[in-house]
Amino acid sequence: MKLDAKIPAGPLAQKWDKHKFEMKLVNPANRRKFDVIVIGSGLAGGAAAATLAEQGYNVKCFCFQDSPRRAHSIAAQGGINAAKNYKNDGDSVQRLFYDTIKGGDFRAREANVYRLAQVSVNIIDQCVAQGVPFAREYGGLLDTRSFGGSQLQRTFYARGQTGQQLLLGAYQSLSRQIGLGNVKMFSRTEMLEVVVAKGQARGVIVRDLVSGEITAHSGHAVVLATGGYGNVFFLSTNAKLCNVTATWRAYKKGACYANPCYTQIHPTCIPVSGEHQSKLTLMSESLRNDGRVWVPKKAADCDKDPKSIPESDRDYVLERKYPSFGNLAPRDIASRAAKEACDEGRGVGPLIDGKRLGVYLDFTDAIARFGEAKIRERYGNLFDMYERITGENAYQQPMRIYPAVHYTMGGTWVDYNLMSTLPGLFVAGEANFSDHGANRLGASALMQGLADGYFILPYTVGNYLAANYSAAKPETLSTAAPEFKAALAAVNERLTRLLKINGQRTVLSFHRQLGKMVWDKCGMARSEKGLKELLRDIPALREEFWKNVKVTGTGEELNQDLEYAGRVADFLEFAELLALDALERKESCGGHFRVEYQDQEGEAQRNDDDFCHAAAWEYAGPGKPPILNKEPLVFEDIHLAKRSYK
Amino acid sequence: MNLTLKVWRQKNADDPGQFETYDAPGIIPDMSFLEMLDVVNDQLIAAGKEPIAFDSDCREGICGTCSLVINGTPHGGQKATTACQLHMRHFSDGDTITIEPWRARPFPVLRDLVVDRGAFDRIIQAGGFVSVNTGGTPEANGLPVLKDDADLAMDAAQCIGCGACVAACKNASAMLFVSAKISHLGLLPQGKVEKDRRALKMVAQMDQEGFGNCTVTGSCEAVCPKEISINFIARMNGDYAVALLKQGA
Repeated sequence: MKLDAKIPAGPLAQKWDKHKFEMKLVNPANRRKFDVIVIGSGLAGGAAAATLAEQGYNVKCFCFQDSPRRAHSIAAQGGINAAKNYKNDGDSVQRLFYDTIKGGDFRAREANVYRLAQVSVNIIDQCVAQGVPFAREYGGLLDTRSFGGSQLQRTFYARGQTGQQLLLGAYQSLSRQIGLGNVKMFSRTEMLEVVVAKGQARGVIVRDLVSGEITAHSGHAVVLATGGYGNVFFLSTNAKLCNVTATWRAYKKGACYANPCYTQIHPTCIPVSGEHQSKLTLMSESLRNDGRVWVPKKAADCDKDPKSIPESDRDYVLERKYPSFGNLAPRDIASRAAKEACDEGRGVGPLIDGKRLGVYLDFTDAIARFGEAKIRERYGNLFDMYERITGENAYQQPMRIYPAVHYTMGGTWVDYNLMSTLPGLFVAGEANFSDHGANRLGASALMQGLADGYFILPYTVGNYLAANYSAAKPETLSTAAPEFKAALAAVNERLTRLLKINGQRTVLSFHRQLGKMVWDKCGMARSEKGLKELLRDIPALREEFWKNVKVTGTGEELNQDLEYAGRVADFLEFAELLALDALERKESCGGHFRVEYQDQEGEAQRNDDDFCHAAAWEYAGPGKPPILNKEPLVFEDIHLAKRSYK
Repeated sequence: MNLTLKVWRQKNADDPGQFETYDAPGIIPDMSFLEMLDVVNDQLIAAGKEPIAFDSDCREGICGTCSLVINGTPHGGQKATTACQLHMRHFSDGDTITIEPWRARPFPVLRDLVVDRGAFDRIIQAGGFVSVNTGGTPEANGLPVLKDDADLAMDAAQCIGCGACVAACKNASAMLFVSAKISHLGLLPQGKVEKDRRALKMVAQMDQEGFGNCTVTGSCEAVCPKEISINFIARMNGDYAVALLKQGA
């Protein structure tokens, strides 16, 4: 397959404006003749569904949660970046663009990232107009703070619940359109198949999670905004129900999957407490503005009361290794530093399987400087959450943190228009691969989700519809068409198969085992040997799953066990592609760290000669190895450099 | 810890439902309440029995999905804590724990502990928004907002829409939820333009869904995991009265 990123010609700063002018339009009177299907109601999906409906398209929006307000965007804590330069500290579109490209270890597409930085300023205007209660200063204007990977204060926030407030803004816009009858909302409804006719995405097959009824929906374009695949690791900071099913089913229908090996491990999460753990909880990166990361210098001090360890016996790892960014080093770098310290036997916290997996995040200095009240005002809800989970008071003793899977930069390959290699199928937000390269900077996920949903898809979907259909009388594919019937039959067959196995092991046990395998061999450090073992072990586990899983109940009722089985079955296929991609990328960059490729100081070593590309994997059919297509990344504006935060 | 669970089981909306008793042996104090249920469910499935259906997603207290009445109290009675953030260290070995769904007519039970909270969505659809389209919005710093107003709006905006307020109220009143949204938007200049219309429409939809009225018992505020203040109900009543007067009713 030849990948065409469709990057507009011309200078970087003018590409998007030029492209907007050149795109085809649909007359307002004709828009209601087009049906657009949106899967997912988070920042990207909710914003896209609302905006497309405002423009006049008929929108159907689907989410598996009980309400569109519950998408996992809601859990984002720290903030959203925008190049407003309100702090007068030297910010600009160019600098946000540069920081994002560098933060992504020079593995993102220049034109997309530049556009992201450009529209970032519109996002803040939009959200304020919706009534998002951002933090303000006494003068009444918006407050900002700093975040990892940046030396500026460009992050807007709403206490520690920025994602919640931005999502509620999008949800309210979506609700307005639902109330007006412009969006038909389907909650508790899961997409299980993309329907393709004559090479175009023409609809979806969904399952009503309450009645079990399986139905077909026809549309002129389909948008997937279904989030990331972090739960392939079982333990992650993702919500329990996050899954890869929608983009994986699309992959098997022709939408290439790009860079799955780029997974982000977030440094500030609450450590695992035992085998029963169902998920991990993130403590916002904003804590690193005031908290200092340290471990004891001597392994013998690891089980001592931290307060009894004198300053001279503490190793402030990030401040020592990265003096100019210190505790605000980017996530991948901070995570690896924590892992190294623990691997050296200097971790803290309870001993689990012979290891202490934790480092201190200490607020003593900040409390001494600003007072406890100020720290409580800034992070009170996070300290409370920490106490609920661990039973410890972080005002009195340092927090313990450890890295955990948090975000996935890889995703469905999309061109500049956010369209996948399956025409008519658009992918937005975390579900696509586009803007973060090999590592995402803090407060940039919210920015990307809303940029895609509010400001990019509403243009590019219209352009696709205008170019591919007769505007006056767009041809609608009947759900009685053979393509729909075949897809319906395939979904039914798969559900029936899952229910019939009646084996000995629960879905949870398979998911847990898969997650542990992937974390051990494709987590923070990856080796050729480990990845090859993983590629041997995953198919064996998958085979066992399809012979020995036990799924209770029937398909014609609310059956959470059956929903879970379908998602884990997809993870069992997806994990193999993740491992393969990690094996093929013989370099270290961002969140992908191959132990074979590091410099003398243990820093990631990129190989720009051979790997300055996006790896887009194409499904080749059952039992066949996927085909690797490469999109070369061409840097016209910035110079490829070693990514240093020292 | 070894626990005994009395759990509400109900096959579907039409089934009358009943309590079933289960043993939960070997529970570790560091487990969350939902992890304890995961363990019980895994044992039920392994024994070929249908697991207990319950809603949960983020498991960090922000999505508002989890909805369990634990020992008679929505979310289990720990201050400012959702059921997913409740940990087993707050229970004792040998305890019997009763687990029920939200109980309110506008929240019909779909299965076991899962209820339908679509009524909340419909109330927001009736008017819980600022009517702005995407694009063409003014510069964000063009309109200063008093910090105190912004902070108070944020206090209200923190509502996670879980519905515990309704489950706790003897009248199944949704007024804490509705007032939180009316206050959040009404306090900000961006939302003031539609303030009257919003109050009238949201209250009308709330009544139509069958939620009861407020008799100021304060049970909603007591169980609210985000500690939304009952003062917002007073604010809503004021806004509603003003809107009615302006309308000439």
